[in-house]
Amino acid sequence: MNGANATTTGESPEAQVSLHELTRRFGDFTAVDRVTLDVARGEIFGFLGPNGAGKSTTIRMLCGILPPSSGSGTVAGYDIATQSEQIKNQIGYMSQKFSLYEELTVEENIDFYSGIYRIPAGKKAERKEWVIEMAGLAEQRGTRAQALSGGWKQRLALGCAVLHEPPIVFLDEPTSGVDPISRRSFWELIYRLSGEGVTIFVTTHYMEEAECCDRLGFIFGGELIALGTPAELKAGFPGQIVEIGCERPFELLQRVESLPGVKSSALFGAGLHLAVENAEQTIAAIGRELPDLDLRMERITPSLEDLFVSFMQAQGRAASS
Amino acid sequence: MIERLKAMLVKEFIQVLRDPRMRFVMFVIPVVQTLIFGYAVNTDVREVATAVYDLDNSSQSREIADLFVKSGYFRLEARVYDDKKAQELIDRGEVKAVLRMNRGLSERLVGGRGAQLQMILDGTDSNTAGIALNYASRIVGGYNARLQEEWGARHGGVRTFPGGVELVSRAWFNENLESRNYYVPAVITNIVFIITMLLSSMAVVREKEIGTIEQVIVTPIGKGEFILGKSIPFILIGFINVTIISLVAVFWFEVPLRGSIPLLYLATALFLMSSLGIGLLISTISRTQQQAMMSAFFVLFPAILLSGFAFPIESMPQIVQWFTLVNPMRFFLVIIRAIFQKGVGVDILWPQMAALLLIGVTILSTAVLRFKKTLG
Ligand SMILES: Nc1ncnc2c1ncn2[C@@H]1O[C@H](COP(=O)(O)OP(=O)(O)OP(=O)(O)O)[C@@H](O)[C@H]1O
Ligand SMILES: [Mg+2]
Repeated sequence: MNGANATTTGESPEAQVSLHELTRRFGDFTAVDRVTLDVARGEIFGFLGPNGAGKSTTIRMLCGILPPSSGSGTVAGYDIATQSEQIKNQIGYMSQKFSLYEELTVEENIDFYSGIYRIPAGKKAERKEWVIEMAGLAEQRGTRAQALSGGWKQRLALGCAVLHEPPIVFLDEPTSGVDPISRRSFWELIYRLSGEGVTIFVTTHYMEEAECCDRLGFIFGGELIALGTPAELKAGFPGQIVEIGCERPFELLQRVESLPGVKSSALFGAGLHLAVENAEQTIAAIGRELPDLDLRMERITPSLEDLFVSFMQAQGRAASS
Repeated sequence: MIERLKAMLVKEFIQVLRDPRMRFVMFVIPVVQTLIFGYAVNTDVREVATAVYDLDNSSQSREIADLFVKSGYFRLEARVYDDKKAQELIDRGEVKAVLRMNRGLSERLVGGRGAQLQMILDGTDSNTAGIALNYASRIVGGYNARLQEEWGARHGGVRTFPGGVELVSRAWFNENLESRNYYVPAVITNIVFIITMLLSSMAVVREKEIGTIEQVIVTPIGKGEFILGKSIPFILIGFINVTIISLVAVFWFEVPLRGSIPLLYLATALFLMSSLGIGLLISTISRTQQQAMMSAFFVLFPAILLSGFAFPIESMPQIVQWFTLVNPMRFFLVIIRAIFQKGVGVDILWPQMAALLLIGVTILSTAVLRFKKTLG
């Protein structure tokens, strides 16, 4: 959170995507609440947040398909409220839900978007082959999209989103439901695009993917609560992390939560992570309180996941009090 | 423009043709509908079930009853001899008419004093009753004329009426007043309207419901390109429908097609602008397919009822008549009937065609304007 203020203010001229106090309400409900951030050219910007935080809503506003309630934003220098059609020439978008035509084959879907984006006749075949090769869909060319598995659908969707070589790409949970190997190749592709100067705005729930981003924004309940590089965010973590290895972590969770100095706690792999003020004191306290258990306790450097779990618990407590 | 439209069309045609339900709607429904209408919508009145209530039982009364049956318009269903039985048959719907001849009919006729016979009709179906009554008076009129002739001959060649006015009517274009010739071509308007309007009302909203629209509206595609891409396939479906129905009408029902076939297609094209425009407008403003379906039916019934298909517009209240002026069905119906039965051309039909063009352009452009490239 310390890193956040440094980068949020002002709309730098270099910014490809720039939001200022961007807000979207649905009736009384505020889905996106005064979000301000900039994304520079060629940057991979990761947008994180729990379900319902407002990630997709933000992306839709940036793509010009959902009008903002208040605040402003620009994409490639065009205003999202008034110049959405110009924006549409500059962006590629992959929606969270698969939105290609299920009854069309892989090739027919590609042909459709290549016509809609007016890819010049001389380049059409080349771009199509590029997409098919990149997505590894050579053997499924003639398969209807409805018959593709989840991972293949995502690749096809990404392919159609970047078919026309847009300078800015919005990817809404592009790897949900994709196996780890495919996810890795997906990210290699994202790096490749970014290396070519493409700006990438991506949402994800996977922390290892978040680590791959140049910069991250964390949104919760519609509000941007943290912004910075992964290193900045981790360095700015308020407190220390204790990792506990034990047999029945779930039972232990309830017993350690109430200990003094424990700010948040969560199941983590085969054990627990506690966010505490002082790791040594907590380790000593647990050893005193629960001498019967054979616990392996250790202070570790916080991971992004620790960071976000503690953010969410802190916000949750603030909301309920 | 052309390139995007081409991409839209290829995609739309693939979707339409790969959907078995759509193939059914396109090819099977028009044939079935035409057959149903052709056989069911038959307002010719023939063989009205009739009870003869003959209290006179004379050669004259039997002759009159015979004339009724031989005319082909009445069929002898029963003979009754009291009011109660006659009433009962009408109540149960077993007969639609009762021909009653009182005792003394022959006596009065022979005496030259004039007699009455009574025709009781089931008025619940006022249309049939009216037509049957009309036939009855023609039969009786014919009988009278013959009686007078005979009477005159017997009394020294003197005719009561040396001359009179006789009405010789001829129905042009449909000499035998075959209702089929009138209704079957009109079925084209109904089927084309129902199919193209219902299908196009699903066109946009289906993409909304499935979510495919989200990926399309983030592209720079123009609204007009999108709406046009959605309509052209349905124009083709409309033409296919017209062709199928016309073939069934001409070759199965032997309805004459006297006018020009290109004109038939031109008029169809003009009409489709309206029917697709209405469907697409509904589709763009609805959120769900169910909503669109309901709106489509909401439009469908008044459009058909106020088209002149079943009820003549001239006999509607004045306000309703004005209302029919925005009903594209009304104009298309006039054109179709005229092309099939009268064989007239653009020189006569241009006002209706101009009306269709005007209504069509207005609705289609409203649909394009109302189509929003945003969600929610
Ligand atoms: N069209 C809409 N009408 C009403 N509420 C909406 C609409 N779209 C989104 N919301 C609400 O706004 C909130 C944010 O939704 P959004 O889809 O942006 O979340 P998200 O961060 O993308 O979540 P997820 O990780 O589940 O995709 C949710 O509570 C959602 O119910
Ligand atoms: Mg989402």
